[in-house]
Amino acid sequence: MSAITVDKAGPTRKVKYGSISRDRAWALRWSYFFLILFAILSLTPPLYMLITSLKSSAEISAATNPWWVYHPTLENYIGLLTSNQFLRFFWNSAWVSIFVVTITMLISVPAAFALARMKFWGSATLATGVFLTYLIPDTLLFIPLFKMFALFGDYTGIQLVNRWYVLLIIYPTLTVPFCTWIMIGYFASIPKELDEAAIIDGASWFQTLTRIFIPVALPGLIAATIFAFTVSWAQFLYPLVFTTSTDQLVLPVGIITTLIKGDVFNWGQIMTGALLGAAPPLIIYAFLMDYYIAGLTAGATKG
Amino acid sequence: MVDVAFQQNRVQATKAARRRNGLHKALKRKSTVAFLMTLPLILLIAVLVVYPAFYSLHLATLNKSMTKFVGLGNFEFLFKRDTFWLVVKQSCIFAISAVIFKALIGFIVAHFVHNVPANKQRRWRGMLLVPWVIPPAMSTLAWLWLFDPSYSAFNYTLALFGIGPIPWTGDANWARFSVILVNVWYGAPFFMIMYLAALKSVPEQLYEAAAIDGANWWQRIWYVTLPMMRNIIAITTLFSLIVTFANFDIVRILTAGGPLDHTHIFATWAFRVGIEGSDIPLGASVSLFMVPILAVAAIFILRDVSKRGNEA
Repeated sequence: MSAITVDKAGPTRKVKYGSISRDRAWALRWSYFFLILFAILSLTPPLYMLITSLKSSAEISAATNPWWVYHPTLENYIGLLTSNQFLRFFWNSAWVSIFVVTITMLISVPAAFALARMKFWGSATLATGVFLTYLIPDTLLFIPLFKMFALFGDYTGIQLVNRWYVLLIIYPTLTVPFCTWIMIGYFASIPKELDEAAIIDGASWFQTLTRIFIPVALPGLIAATIFAFTVSWAQFLYPLVFTTSTDQLVLPVGIITTLIKGDVFNWGQIMTGALLGAAPPLIIYAFLMDYYIAGLTAGATKG
Repeated sequence: MVDVAFQQNRVQATKAARRRNGLHKALKRKSTVAFLMTLPLILLIAVLVVYPAFYSLHLATLNKSMTKFVGLGNFEFLFKRDTFWLVVKQSCIFAISAVIFKALIGFIVAHFVHNVPANKQRRWRGMLLVPWVIPPAMSTLAWLWLFDPSYSAFNYTLALFGIGPIPWTGDANWARFSVILVNVWYGAPFFMIMYLAALKSVPEQLYEAAAIDGANWWQRIWYVTLPMMRNIIAITTLFSLIVTFANFDIVRILTAGGPLDHTHIFATWAFRVGIEGSDIPLGASVSLFMVPILAVAAIFILRDVSKRGNEA
């Protein structure tokens, strides 16, 4: 179409067309320029973590060029990875995240299936309620939850405060609502004919869920899993409130409370710890970026 | 029960069968199955979200040792304290300016990413989303080190241009700027991703039509892009407003509320008062002040989300 109009238009039109493409070229150049600028801004803190983590304490306190490593060393990494305390934090974090992901999926997948497919009394209200719960931040609930668990310990003698597994009970309040919400969206997008056919063939509701819905909505399931993992890995406020003994801490709180001793900041080790703490989400992101982004945008675009 | 069944074997057997059948039927009924499937979710929300929310209201009416009902005493006490008003002011400054900058930067960067050829977009998007992926507690540590009073890498770089050392976290106004900067750095990629998804859903024909009508780039954004993206922009901004208003990690790690309580926001101050100062009722009262703003934002989000649902 456009080729024909250009042919007919003659020289003047051609000049104009050229100017548009020249504009485009300049727009592209400016886009790259600003993208490089923004990429540098985005990547400065993580790169600076890496730079500092490769420096010895002597080099850091010598205050040479902070952006360059003159004598790279792995002593910070060796120091942290051989310290039982740090490994303990890492394992606490890993166990908490794995358990929370499992609990979240066990709760939210059946619930999302029921809310998406089996209309029952109050199901619409409940779906809205789930979304509203997702909007309630952790900073609103930490004080009453802390008091609740302290009282629970007083009444029953089961001490949950200052135990890492108390986080398994609390974290699902952050992960389940969002995972349920996006799974409702994914399940609702599955054509009705599919489960009707299964029901006619004599499948129970449970079989319909496990044999049809979960395989078909697998991308959504992966996105929800990634979300649950990153949320529980990154959570900072709840472990700060609920755990205090050093053997019960998870990674973010552990790094901040044990590596910062008074006014003495061992920056080499702190940055190494921070980088190791940021590594699992970054690795997942590097390999499963599309699922990660799908989960991120699903909250507003689905449902 | 057993011997009766033994005596009236047949009758009982059929009755039991019918009853078992009834239970079986009830279990097979759609609503029962659905209810059982949602039961864990309902319990979780009721016990660990709804109950604590109301418990918080109750806690806010007790005295410090939680033995006496003081009504609105905690709120009266808060209203008389200058620190409280400082926190209210700082929370509003922090949340509003951070959200505005996040939205603007996200919008601009999304356009740049949208401009480059499609096969290269993935790489740029991947790099630009990194701040959002790193746990905020971890990346804020890196910022704390970048802002360090004596070894600040920023001050080192600025000194090369002859700009004097900036007290990033030492001076009240600079500290306010720093926490907002870190929050914008962390949150802008989220806006970028949301806007990019929205930009891709705007039909190309609309831009072609606008170009034929002689619209310049500004008119294209104002009359085509923005109206088409209005819903996503509203949801993202309101959502970010909630998250930013309730922020804890960044302020806690970067300044811990200092210098002299000038960067405290509701969440960090509630933590300071309620957990560190072990005045749980007062801490609960402080955090309750987040509710009105969160509620307003939540109502608007819900309206927009359900509107989207109806359109689809």
